[in-house]
Amino acid sequence: MDDLLADFLTETNEGLQNLDGALLSLERSPNDQAVLGEVFRTIHTIKGTCGFLGLPRLERVAHAGENVLGRWREGSLPVTPSGISLILSAVDRIKEIVAGLEASGSEPSGDDTALIAELDAVFNGEEPPAAAPPIEVVVSPPAPEPMPVAEAAPAPAAPPPAPVPAAPVPPAPAAEAAAPETAGGNAPQTIRVAVEVLEDLMVLVSELVLTRNQLLQLARNEANSPFAVPLQRLSQITSDLQDGVMKTRMQPIGSAWQKLPRLVRDLGQELGKKIALDMIGAETELDRQVMELIKDPLTHMVRNSADHGLETPAERRAAGKPETGRITLNAYHQGGHIVMEIADDGRGLAVGRIKEKVLRQGLATEAELAAMSEQDIQRFIFRAGFSTAAAVTSVSGRGVGMDVVKTNLERIGGVVELRSREGRGTTFTIKIPLTLAIAAALIVESGGERFAIPQNGVLELVRVGDGDGPKVETIKNSTVLRLRDRLLPLVPLARLLALESRPMDDGAPSFVVVTQVGSQVFGIVVDRVFDTEEIVVKPVAPILRDVTMFSGNTILGDGSVIMILDPNGIARATGLGAEGSDNPAQASQARGTGRADTTALLLFRAGDGAPKCVPLGLIARLEDLPADRIEQAGENLVVQYRGSLMPLVPIAGFAALPPPDSRQALLVFGDGAHSMGLMVDEILDVMEAPLVIDRAGARPGFLGSAVIAGRVTEVLDSAFWLRQGGMDWFAGKAAEAAKPRVLLVEDSAFFRNLVVPGLSAAGYDIMGVSNGRDALRLRDAGEAFDIIVSDINMPEMDGFQLVRAIRDGGPWQSLPVIALSAQAEPADVARGRDAGFTDYVAKFDREALSASISQALALNGIVAPLDMPV
Amino acid sequence: MQTQTATATQSGNPAAIGLSADAEAMVLTLTVAGQLCGVPVLGVRDVLGPQAITRIPLAPPEVAGSLNLRGRIVTAIDLRRRLSLPARGAEAKAMSVVVEHQGELYSLLADQVGDVLTLNAAERAANPPTLEPSWKEVSLGVHRLGEQLLIVLDVERLMQFG
Repeated sequence: MDDLLADFLTETNEGLQNLDGALLSLERSPNDQAVLGEVFRTIHTIKGTCGFLGLPRLERVAHAGENVLGRWREGSLPVTPSGISLILSAVDRIKEIVAGLEASGSEPSGDDTALIAELDAVFNGEEPPAAAPPIEVVVSPPAPEPMPVAEAAPAPAAPPPAPVPAAPVPPAPAAEAAAPETAGGNAPQTIRVAVEVLEDLMVLVSELVLTRNQLLQLARNEANSPFAVPLQRLSQITSDLQDGVMKTRMQPIGSAWQKLPRLVRDLGQELGKKIALDMIGAETELDRQVMELIKDPLTHMVRNSADHGLETPAERRAAGKPETGRITLNAYHQGGHIVMEIADDGRGLAVGRIKEKVLRQGLATEAELAAMSEQDIQRFIFRAGFSTAAAVTSVSGRGVGMDVVKTNLERIGGVVELRSREGRGTTFTIKIPLTLAIAAALIVESGGERFAIPQNGVLELVRVGDGDGPKVETIKNSTVLRLRDRLLPLVPLARLLALESRPMDDGAPSFVVVTQVGSQVFGIVVDRVFDTEEIVVKPVAPILRDVTMFSGNTILGDGSVIMILDPNGIARATGLGAEGSDNPAQASQARGTGRADTTALLLFRAGDGAPKCVPLGLIARLEDLPADRIEQAGENLVVQYRGSLMPLVPIAGFAALPPPDSRQALLVFGDGAHSMGLMVDEILDVMEAPLVIDRAGARPGFLGSAVIAGRVTEVLDSAFWLRQGGMDWFAGKAAEAAKPRVLLVEDSAFFRNLVVPGLSAAGYDIMGVSNGRDALRLRDAGEAFDIIVSDINMPEMDGFQLVRAIRDGGPWQSLPVIALSAQAEPADVARGRDAGFTDYVAKFDREALSASISQALALNGIVAPLDMPV
Repeated sequence: MQTQTATATQSGNPAAIGLSADAEAMVLTLTVAGQLCGVPVLGVRDVLGPQAITRIPLAPPEVAGSLNLRGRIVTAIDLRRRLSLPARGAEAKAMSVVVEHQGELYSLLADQVGDVLTLNAAERAANPPTLEPSWKEVSLGVHRLGEQLLIVLDVERLMQFG
């Protein structure tokens, strides 16, 4: 409130100062509509703001004045000098009250009835009898005093045609006198400066910084330069000046939040929700240029939280939450960034709904989705045209939304992150640079040219290509860097910019600038890395606007011009920034290797012989633990992991503690309390490859072998190792006598790989085929099963055709058949049941599949093993 | 005022007789692949010797790069490229004639820069029909200087490419 009041006072004082002049000129030319309009607006604004701030006395006076001005403006009452005097005295009264406000923070007491009565009388068309005397009476004590002093100044300015010359003059000096008073009370704290002045200052400082850098560079080349010391001083002052000017552009983020409480209140009413808005860190400052740019995205996100994020009071009650939903804004500084969180405690993002929509829009295949983390799936909401709102409300859900927010933020070098838990709420975290004008940049060289990469997005620098250290590998035509446990797509800068590139393997080291754009992390390959330098981003010439790879150019300390690379542009140009793409075809092409016929495989080494692999989707996490965290418990090895004991299974076959001070690589299966760690010697790689298993090499623990990247690789039988890891939760032994046989008909190799080990670990004897025709061939070959689980959409013969063929007769006629599909809408279920399916289960719902199988088997008198793990 | 006059001259507006009829008629001569050319002198901001030019990858081929003119970044246009002429020899250094176009500075790279000449507007001839189309496109007209032909270049049109 104090801030608001201070703003109001500053604004009102300015308005009032102009008002005197305007009223006087109005008196000279009573028909000047422009001036009249200006006066009216000023008084009107004061009145309006008073009502908002709760200043009744001020409001009444302003209101009465506005009434008169209103009639003048519409021409229903002539502007008379006596009327002007009256208005001037009203203005004086306003000044008096404002002065009191400034001094004490509240309205001074006083009686305005006489003045208001006079104003009302004029408003009602009664000419004030004799202008001057009553005004003198009405005008408050401070006004008459300075009168004689200032008399000389305005009097000559007053034009002769005024019929009652005495009347307008006295109040005017009063006003003049009042002005210094108010100025005296207000000036020392703040002054208003035109934004352009600050912008110009900033430009000049930027130039100064550049020149300073240039001078420093020159001095560096010269030992014992006599300029060194003064230059040092100049440099220091320049930095201080830069900070100082930067500060003038800083504004508390709270001013971007001002409209939000009202917005949230209105939304709450419109949507019938109870919403509380908490704002933390409103005083956190950032550059006003940045602030202007984030205002809209911010409003959009709050609107989104209120509309989609929060539930209705009834829903909240049902979910055991307090009726009032809470939206929290939290801003704070972190390094050269401002971080802002927009959190709600609402329903969170429904991952299931997102998946459905992703599939429907063809943004990713089921296999790709299955391999994605929940967070990756949630990030689909940042795709163009993607909205999970079930209904398009007047508030949001029009499909233009988070993608625009993301694009706008990225344009200014910001990133937006998302954390959401279904039922618990969603938090968006925005990280934006404090200022855009001067940035630190990394100077690199590629193809003989130097470029600047803004440091904002740079995560780390990796030296590659000289023997040890991380290795660059080639998959098809694209290169990747295996950095710790992840694969980083590489973008060779020279090739991207069509510069002469040298081969990657010529022995000379290259550098990988690991860069993050949004959630996408990639490496830019450059030949050399110089130091970092402060640069002033200058826009490129219009002729070059089409080259999206550059965000600008600048002049370095050595005086040369250098282009500034735009990591966003690079990501887009290479198809990495697929999130922002509104073209699904292009997006899926960019995702490239993730097509259904290949599987993401984790390659590792364990024990003797060939490298081994396992579908990445089966693994919860990769860990690399220090050996001393591994403990012996009886015959088994365990590790304290995420708050519980996780059994470790050595793939080499015997449980031995690793040597102290070494590290142990683990593949972690399962989640939470039900997890198991497989001890391997070394994690080699993650790659996309078709998984064609040759059963020839099968032995306990391995399904067989496959040729991956030209090498024979053993394929892990994860079910076997899962059983080794925790008898208590698989309990498969009891069922071993009579394992129910399951036939899985599924065309996606990935999904087969996911379901087969899961179900077999659960104690089923499971066999997978890739389409309906193959399934019928098994029937004709006399194979017997207890239950069939089938996909719907398959080549050759789809699920509906298969189930009809089964029900048509033959040995499988009465077998339970469960449909497994991405679409599990009620209509689909009904259609499936009509076709002859026993049950219909959504593909991603593993528990439902498990339950459905046991239920169907129970109906046929077969005891199902315990719940399916994985 | 000066800019306005210069621009008017460049676009060949005969009505724009500026503050000095002399300055109006003056051109800075330069040579591109042996051809003598003239640029209206009022549009010229600077003439620079050989400069360090930073290449700009992916830019249109006419753009030779950018250079630093006292703290301002100037985009260099290679006149040989612009006029589809053979490239300059590696050892030959180009001179920069800096002109302003739509508020931005551009440097026209020429082989040599000569004197400032005052041309008699009455002597300006229309483009001869035999003139190469690439020259015709950017020519305001030709002047006969003794044995040589001088082509007056239209800076506005020179900037229209890519």
